[in-house]
Order: sequence, then structure tokens, then C-alpha cells
Amino acid sequence: MEQTKANTKTTRDASAEGFEPRIVAFVCNWCTYAGADLAGTSRMQYAPNVRIIKLPCTGRIDPMFILKAFEGGADAVLVSGCHPGDCHYTSGNYHARRRWAVFHKLLDFTGIDPGRLHFSWVSAAEGRKFADLINDVTEAVRGLGPFASDNPARRQA
Amino acid sequence: MARVGVFICHCGENIGRTVDCAAVAAEAGRMSGVAVAIDYKYMCSDPGQAMIRNAIAEQNLTGVVVAACSPRMHEVTFRRAAAQVGLNPYLLEMANLREHCSWVHEDRASATAKAIDLVRVMVEKVKRNRALLPVRVHIEPTAMVVGGGIAGIQAALDIAAGGKKVILVEKSPSIGGHMARLSETFPTLDCSQCILTPRMVEAASHPNITLMTYCEVAAVEGFVGNFQVTIRRKARYVDVAKCTGCGDCATKCPQKKIPNEFDANLGTRTAIYTPFPQAVPNKPVIDAEHCIKLTKGKCGLCAKVCTRGAINFQDKDELVQVKVGAIVLATGFELWDHSAYGEYGGGRLADVIDGFAFERLASASGPTEGRIRRPSDQAEPKTVVFIQCCGSRDEKIGKAYCSKICCMYTAKHAMLYRHKVHDGRAVVFYMDIRAAGKGYEEFVRRAIEADGAEYVRGRVSRVYRRSDGKLIVRGADTLAGRAMTVEADMVVLADAVVPRSGSEKLAQMLGVPYDGDGFYSEAHPKLRPVETAAAGVFLAGACQAPKDIPDSVAQASAAAAKVLGLLSSDELEREPIIARVNSQTCVHCRACINACPYRAIEDAALPARPGAPVVQVARVNEGLCQGCGTCVALCRSNSIDLDGFTDEQIFAEIATLE
Repeated sequence: MEQTKANTKTTRDASAEGFEPRIVAFVCNWCTYAGADLAGTSRMQYAPNVRIIKLPCTGRIDPMFILKAFEGGADAVLVSGCHPGDCHYTSGNYHARRRWAVFHKLLDFTGIDPGRLHFSWVSAAEGRKFADLINDVTEAVRGLGPFASDNPARRQA
Repeated sequence: MARVGVFICHCGENIGRTVDCAAVAAEAGRMSGVAVAIDYKYMCSDPGQAMIRNAIAEQNLTGVVVAACSPRMHEVTFRRAAAQVGLNPYLLEMANLREHCSWVHEDRASATAKAIDLVRVMVEKVKRNRALLPVRVHIEPTAMVVGGGIAGIQAALDIAAGGKKVILVEKSPSIGGHMARLSETFPTLDCSQCILTPRMVEAASHPNITLMTYCEVAAVEGFVGNFQVTIRRKARYVDVAKCTGCGDCATKCPQKKIPNEFDANLGTRTAIYTPFPQAVPNKPVIDAEHCIKLTKGKCGLCAKVCTRGAINFQDKDELVQVKVGAIVLATGFELWDHSAYGEYGGGRLADVIDGFAFERLASASGPTEGRIRRPSDQAEPKTVVFIQCCGSRDEKIGKAYCSKICCMYTAKHAMLYRHKVHDGRAVVFYMDIRAAGKGYEEFVRRAIEADGAEYVRGRVSRVYRRSDGKLIVRGADTLAGRAMTVEADMVVLADAVVPRSGSEKLAQMLGVPYDGDGFYSEAHPKLRPVETAAAGVFLAGACQAPKDIPDSVAQASAAAAKVLGLLSSDELEREPIIARVNSQTCVHCRACINACPYRAIEDAALPARPGAPVVQVARVNEGLCQGCGTCVALCRSNSIDLDGFTDEQIFAEIATLE
């Protein structure tokens, strides 16, 4: 793990030119993960900056996951699940939405730019939406620049 | 000590062309805890799977990561392969290098870097996977069907034919439902009772079916495979075992003028009555509200006349407990109360009736023996106006949805009227004609072309009674572009179809969601039309959405198939992705209990010594938990975790992405 960490560190600590954002995405298995699969099956091309972590439901997302992702150096975090009313488990996405509404405000308070946390609904049929989402978030975060290595939220080596 | 095997698939060219699989394998081999890392052209092929099996056996692997296509494709395949050589299938995970990587990126370097990251995430997760055993839940091999209409009867017959026992619960004194009230059915004009009553008799006599009529579901406890249902057997005041159904009691009953609900209050019945001549069971009940003996202590003529001594004025409601493994809800529908439309007479005009009332007029066994007679003066109406969409497709006053069956039964009513009153005029005011079923369009055409029904496209703004007794119907003929007034003798409203009143209580008892209009929600609108969010509870018929008889029957058979599938084994094996509570740290705040959409978490008392305070905690019912993890994220004391997606696993996955 150490060797590869060195590789990625050089890319990220580089100047804003050629900066490739690292985006961690927490997605639900039934909608967004399937939507991403559809984007793949349809060969839609999008930026290679996202790393998906699969969960059964966005309701499973503990705000600590998001903080840990930033602590580890993610430049942005994306949370994406089923549309309201369509949650495979009926109401998990409502819990996620409520948590996000509160957490989003807290994030600003901690000094993390709220523009680094994105929330979306992508259904299993929305491959195009997923591809566009990744591209849009990548570009938006590229504009924000790297998540400052001196931000107190970052884990110090 | 973790010994993880990583298997990278080229998937022919699909992955191999964009991702440098050999490099990924080499990198994986250097990851901590990885014992072996191989790449191969087709992992899902027989030789590929053999490779995995051999590695598990020879290298004593404790976990496996197959980096290939989406787990939605082949997770089952590879887990089965692992199980074949004794590795718990839940110790195998897949990294998605195809749908999420090689198929969506072009640049080899960045795709390969991403592939390495994805593999690392899964290696860290698998190192923390625990062997999970499928959860086994006992299944009671009996089903219960709630509602004895055509859907309930069909479901019961199909389940019984499949060899399982069924309890059919019906709240009125006889099974048959609304179909027993119809005169004829579209599009064949089959006599409704003629096609229904054989089914009713079959249901009553089938050895696997227990009929419980004049009964209601009072309470439901338990979960899929293990429901304990409390049924209230309402007092009939008639001993069904002794009664022969001779009918002498009803003949002698002095209370003869009670409005007959079966006949839409167009006719009357006695206090001791059988709802209709073909009732199953053909045994009467006493209407306690109107019986002179039960209300005032006098009369009792029926008991005197009954040669079998079957009348029992001391009868009481009784609560009966039954154990069932599956429940089918077939509670049906009723018609919307059109008194909300003041402009159509608002329930005040006697000759403005609904569809069921017209059915009873047309029915040979109805209050007028099949002669069309209007309620106010029993005169034969020479002009009848039929108004479609009364309450349907009306967001403001009624229901937003289309009730599906009204275009068809209105055409049928117009035809029946014209058949019986040859010089009668039938005028139908419609917005659209929805006749999508088999033979349906031809049926409506027949009403217009062969039977001379006048179809007018337009709405009716008002119906009122003129001083000479005529009902004046003011409407619009939009195709001709002008207003239209009809002097009618009777008006029939096609009222919206709504769920039975009180059906929400049953849904709440079972944890079945229902929509804003009260219809029970199916688990998925496209692909799971007869299941509900409550495991073990299924739907059939109009309680789910407005529906005609063929669709109700089809759905009932579908529900029966699901029930038979569930009851086909003694035990139900469930995916072990379930939540677990640490009872040592749980503070019983009950946030999880309230949040669980499946009511899968219950209060449980920890065993305590006598005299010691009883500690309550939350406990997850393994039979019900669906593994969403909502409870885990909101537990304030960190006392609940999800097998298969534990906090430890997810934090480890996140940590790899530094």
C-alpha cells in the first residue's frame, strides 16, 4: 500500500495545473450502482477520477464515512442513491437526505468547502445521468483545486 | 492471518484492451494480505472457475477477490464456485473492472490506476469479511386469504390446488363479493352469478379450504412464515351446524323493511336474512341492530319456526387464533360517494343512482326481477343518461386516477338497458373511451352500432329535477361544439373505484404500505405486482388498483403462485445481510425500531436475575431484516452493525483511497 500511496501523492500535491481530483462516491447498490453499470454497458465515457464504494442503501451512510474520506485526502465526496419514493428499502434514501441536509451545514462549519460534497439521485435507468454527473463533479472540483493539505480536516502524515 | 486470492479477468478484450491486467495482478500480489494474484482471459468460464477453486484449496485462501465484470453479473457464479470447495460464499467479493472502468475510460494509464484502486478497496473489505450463514426461518404451511370476492376465491382455489391449506376470511355473511351483485359481465355478457357460483361452491367444498365468513381480521402478529392472526368471528345467532338453509325463519320474520345493502338499498330484507339466494354458506345471520328479539326482547318467531333449533340468541362474537405462513390481501373495492358532486344531485335525487344499483335493477334476481324501474316511482324510464368519470380523473373533488372499468360497464349498462327497454333512449356522456382489453373495443362499438346507445363526448354540468318529475341533464357535446340538454327519467353515475373503507387498518396491522388513495402498494410497480414491502404478504385484485375481473383473477393466480413458492419448503433461507445489535451497548433509544421500514427490529428484555432491573434493548428479527443499514447509520451509541457491510469494512475501504 505504501508504494502506491507515494504514486498518488505526487499527482495530488502537484500544482493546480494537471490536477486530477480524487472523488470518493458512496452509492446504493440498487439504483446508482446499477445506473453506473448501465453507463458501462452503454460504453458512455466519463472522467476516471471517481472511486465507487458500494453500499446496500444510502441510508447506510454514516456522516463519519464522509469525514473519513476527506480526512484521507479525497478532494470531493459524492453521495448518490435512489430517487425519493423509489428506495429499494422504502425509506433509506429519505434518511440519507435528512442526514445530508444537516451535515451539509456542519461541513461548512468544519472548514470544508460544501462544494466538495455532492448529493444526487441516479436511478438504475439513468446511465447517461451518472456519466454526466461524474464529469460535472470532476470539473467542478478541478476548479476548486486540491483539498488543501494543511486543512485541519486532513489526516496529517 | 489473511490469505486473499485475487483473480483478475481480461474478459476477452473487454477489460484487457483498456486495463493492463497483468500489471494489476502484479500490484495486487504486493498488497498486504494477498497470497496469490492471477490474471486470466475468462474467469467465469469452466477453466477460470477451476483456477479459483484450485487456488482456494491449494493455497488455503481465507478470502477471494474476483476483479472482473459487475457483481450484478457474476457474483452468484463465483460465490457458488467458492462454496463448492468449502469456502463460505460471503468471503468472496467482486471488483468491478468492466462496467465501472474498462468500458467507460479510454486512457490506459488512468484506467489501470483506477483498476488497481478498485482491487485494493475490495481486498481490504474481504480481509474483514466474516463467514455468514444463511438465516433459516420456519414456515407454517398454511395460507390465509383476506376477502372472499372473485380474487380471494381464485387465490384460495389455486393455493388449495397446490396442496396447501388455506383459510379464506370474509367479513360479510357470504363469499362472492361484488361479482355476485352483477347482472352480466363484459365483454361476453356472461351471467355473473352463473360463472361465479360454481367457484364459490368449489371454494366451500375443497378439502384444503376453510371458509370463515362473517369474520374479520382483528390482529396480526409475527412475520413471514410465522404469522399469528386473531380473527373475530362475529355472532351470527344461527348455529351453522344445525341450520339446513330452509329459509323458514326469514319468511316469518316480522322486520321486513330493512334496506338491503346487497341490492344497493333498492330492495328490502328481513332482520334474519341470507344476503342472496346463492349465498355460500347458505346460512342466515341475524342483523342485531334490527332484530326485535335482540333489541327489545320480544318476538323470537324465527326460533319458534325453526324445526332444527338452530337459532341461538345467546351467541357472542368469538376470537379465534390461527397460525399461517403467508397472507393474501384481496379486500377489493367500493364505489366513491358521489354526494360530493352536488351538481349531480348530491345523493338527494332518488333517480340518480350508481353502477351497482343499476346492476341490481338489471339482475334477474334483483329487487325488480330484472325489469328496469326507477327508484322514485317504479316507472319504467324511457330515457336514461349515463355519466362517465364521476369522481375519476378529477383532482379537485374526486380522484386523480382513471378507474379503468367504468367505460366498459357503462357500455354494458347502456346495452342491457336497450335490450330490456326497446323504445328506450340511452345517452352516454364521456370524456374518453378506455376499452383496452381483449374484445373490449368491439364491445363498445357494439353498444353504439348494434344497440343504438348515443355516445356524447362532453361533461355534464348539472342534473336537477324539474317540477314535472323529469331529470334535466345539462351537458356539452364537444364534437358538435354545442351545449346539450337531455330530459331524462333516470341517471346512472359511473363513480370512481376506491378501496374498501377500513382497508388501511388492515394494512397498518400488517405493515403494508398504501398510497395516497388508499390502494395497497405493490413491491415494485413493474416487476413485483403481487408482492408487498411486508415479506409474506401478497396482493390480489382491486385492493391494489382499479381492476376488472380477468385481471383480478390473473393477479390472484399470480399471488397464489408466490404463496406456493414461499410455502414449498419447511424453512425459508434468507440472505444473511442483516443487522445485529450489541445488547451490551444498546441504550434502547428505539431510533432504529422507529426507522426500520420492515418493522424488523423489536424491543427485547435481557435476561435478568430476580430482583434486578429489567434492561430493554433492541433486537433484530433475522426473518424480516432486509439489510439496508439505515438503522446502523442512525444508532447514536454505535450499537448496531450490518453483516456484510460493517463499519470496520467500510472504513477500511475508505482508508485505501488515501
